[in-house]
Amino acid sequence: MKNLKYLLVGIVFGLALTKGEAISWFRMQEMFHFQGFHMYGIFMTAVPIGAIAILLIRKLNVHTFNGEAIDIPKKPYHHGIILGGLIFGFGWALTGACPGPLYAQVGAGYAVTIITFISAMAGTWVYAKFQPHLP
Amino acid sequence: MNFLYKPWPWYVAGPIIGLTVPALLLLGNKRLGISSTLRQFCAACFPANIPFLQYDWKKDIWNLYFVGGILIGGFIGGGLFGNPNATELSQHTVNDLRLLGLTNFNGLLPHELFGWSNLLTWQGFLMMIAGGFMIGFGTRYARGCTSGHGIFGLSSLQWTSLVAIIAFFVGGIVCSYVLLPIILKP
Repeated sequence: MKNLKYLLVGIVFGLALTKGEAISWFRMQEMFHFQGFHMYGIFMTAVPIGAIAILLIRKLNVHTFNGEAIDIPKKPYHHGIILGGLIFGFGWALTGACPGPLYAQVGAGYAVTIITFISAMAGTWVYAKFQPHLP
Repeated sequence: MNFLYKPWPWYVAGPIIGLTVPALLLLGNKRLGISSTLRQFCAACFPANIPFLQYDWKKDIWNLYFVGGILIGGFIGGGLFGNPNATELSQHTVNDLRLLGLTNFNGLLPHELFGWSNLLTWQGFLMMIAGGFMIGFGTRYARGCTSGHGIFGLSSLQWTSLVAIIAFFVGGIVCSYVLLPIILKP
């Protein structure tokens, strides 16, 4: 079961999201209205820690525990970054969730968020269908 | 055992979220990014001969284990040991939301809005069904979400991710200031 370790990392990540209230609809409204520091505190600790770790991995040419090289592909720009980003922002403020928190909200027992999740799958499916025609 | 039910401050949750980035890289050269699992589920369940869904989704099966873990983490943190008290929000936010008719600040989602009975009202439809649709459509179009762009992309100093996160916030701010008051106004 070589994938079990990802389940464990997911549990810790999901616990931090949930206990850190990063899946809270209330916290998202507070964040979007710049009325509290909580969510910004999460971003402002998570990103530098991730950045320092990646810097060290690159500088010291660290490999995975199995000796595999670590690669970090560039994310190329296209107009969907802005257009899709704006659309997602609306969904984020309405539901209080991003895809990760959506899984956590379902797990936390907010059963109706299963409908939000299915709607998100439908959104991805419709995007896939029209992808060739979008800018 | 009271502390198990307490929410974690940002300086505990944030670093753990940040450390997920190197954990996934070191465990197997995996890059944090959750919205792509929605594409995986679509490819697995409803591929419908759509070229964008014709790919080897099983290659990234690790990510389905990862999001399965998030679900369990949500169950432990929000189900078993959920905070029984109201969220300690800024008083400004509480006042603003009260003006929009909310009275119950317990839990992670407002019970007054996110319930089965509200699902088929136009308010519930916009918030849960249209909102969810925009998450799925927008993140795939933007090639990432708050984890893939916001945490991983910014951590690896990619300017496209900075553009993405600014777009996420502009959308969220406009929606929260303009659209939400229209939807919630009694």
